[in-house]
Amino acid sequence: MITDKSIKEIHLGLRKKEFSCEELIKETYGNIEKYDSRINSAITIVDKKTVLDKARQTDNGKKEFDLLTGMPFVLKDVYVTRGIRTTCASNVLADYIPQYDATVYKKLLDLGALLIGKMNQDAWGHGGSTENTDFGPTHNPWDLKRVAGGSSGGPAAAISGRMTVFAIGEDTGGSIRNPAAWCNITGLKVTCGRVSRYGAIAYASSFDTIGPMGKSAEDCAVILERIAGKDPYDATSSPASVPKYTSFLNKPLKGRKIALPKDLLGKGLDVEIKNAILKAVNKFAEIGAEIEEVTMPIFDYGLAVYYVIAPCETSSNLARYDGIRYGFDRSKFTEETIRRIMIGTYALSAGYYDAFYRKAQKARTLFIKAYQDILSKYDAILMPVNPTPPTVIGELMSDPLQNLLADFYTVTQNPVGVPSLAVPCGFTKDKLPIGMQLIGKMFTEELLLNIGHQYQQVTEWHKQKPDIIS
Amino acid sequence: MADKNTKLTPEEIYKLAKLANLSLNEEQIKKLADSVSSILSYVSQLQSLNTANIEETAQVTGQENVFREDIVDNERMLTQEEALSNAKDKHNGYFMVKAIFEEE
Repeated sequence: MITDKSIKEIHLGLRKKEFSCEELIKETYGNIEKYDSRINSAITIVDKKTVLDKARQTDNGKKEFDLLTGMPFVLKDVYVTRGIRTTCASNVLADYIPQYDATVYKKLLDLGALLIGKMNQDAWGHGGSTENTDFGPTHNPWDLKRVAGGSSGGPAAAISGRMTVFAIGEDTGGSIRNPAAWCNITGLKVTCGRVSRYGAIAYASSFDTIGPMGKSAEDCAVILERIAGKDPYDATSSPASVPKYTSFLNKPLKGRKIALPKDLLGKGLDVEIKNAILKAVNKFAEIGAEIEEVTMPIFDYGLAVYYVIAPCETSSNLARYDGIRYGFDRSKFTEETIRRIMIGTYALSAGYYDAFYRKAQKARTLFIKAYQDILSKYDAILMPVNPTPPTVIGELMSDPLQNLLADFYTVTQNPVGVPSLAVPCGFTKDKLPIGMQLIGKMFTEELLLNIGHQYQQVTEWHKQKPDIIS
Repeated sequence: MADKNTKLTPEEIYKLAKLANLSLNEEQIKKLADSVSSILSYVSQLQSLNTANIEETAQVTGQENVFREDIVDNERMLTQEEALSNAKDKHNGYFMVKAIFEEE
């Protein structure tokens, strides 16, 4: 399949006329028609004829063009797209047609990339399994009985199912990394402020980040260097200059120091995942990195910090949905979303503010210090993404507390703001994907992508695709 | 107040729902009383963390007071028709809302 190739390879193929953009687009739509009735990765598919017309224009256009020109992509349905329905996977926005474009989408359109679909997710980002959606759960292409992860489950499953070349996800507490690991793709949670959030439907504003999802660290680097940067429409976007991420990929890892928090590899972690992480450690040592064990005892409080601050911010962000200017009224919120609004409303109310919200914001400072302590001595921290392999659909939905524990490894990076790259690192004996994450200092995406790329030069995990995709 | 036995009553849930502009039925209230209480009890473990003399962190972008020129950006302006395009209730080019003040 053309869609098995990297962005660079596809670009070269298009330039050399080995295949046409029309063929590439036909292949992605073909895969959607073949597989998505079983996977349910998409909420809205863009009209095929319109996209094919654009593909033919690419084929008949200039001989020199950008790496992303003519490249099919999908968006988590959290980005507003003018004239194309945007739901956030909630019936509250079931008929919402945005009047403007999110910056990340506009940047990709300006390069000539081709939007194929708006993808399934947990509504408003509330969840880690793409089951809290009003459009039916997304099924994991590696085992259709199981969840794809979340909240960006649709985009991850679509890449895995070769229905797109890449995707833009959104990560508030693991929402890019968790489904990336469970669907065997690569996903990057960027530093808070690295990519403009203008036009992204907000979950928890001080945690939300927009990042690339693709088949490899190299693909993520190609995408990130085109979507990052200051945006006058998003006052929180960073003025820091955007590195040419791809130019760092081939640096040798010799002398790079990676910290392994050994206290996070104990209780609660699936044994097969633990073994996969330890094998990755050996692989890093083979290619010249120095691995040292550290501890991060503060992790015990990570979920508590997240599950106070995120509901507080979401209860405020979701106050705008009143059905007056767009969408339907608040009776359409799901049980999980109602619960988060209620927790946030409680934690922010007079009498409880100090004990919950203020306390959590102080704990957040302690997390920043804990990460700084380690990252001042090491280039990256290595840890699992998920404590377990993908769960069976329905398994987590009945128990909100159990559901929350599934986010153990991914919720502490967002309150701190640091970037984290999720990379495939093995399979269970039942052939379910396993992922690891590499966490770095603020604005060191180039280093994480470099480490991820070097690992992918000596491993084949990221090249595997599900048996049903043939 | 915040401890690991936080238990909200249906009356408290009802009050919270009102504050959050959510209308819930009795069954929802009963279910939420249990699940919201269990999560609040879980997050109450924060109380055991020593945060004496620790400042709060509200955001991590490192940016403060980001200003822009006070000028109209035509590129970002919607026409009246566009602005109303998703509204269910409109009248003569206005959004229709429920009356806020009642007549005496």
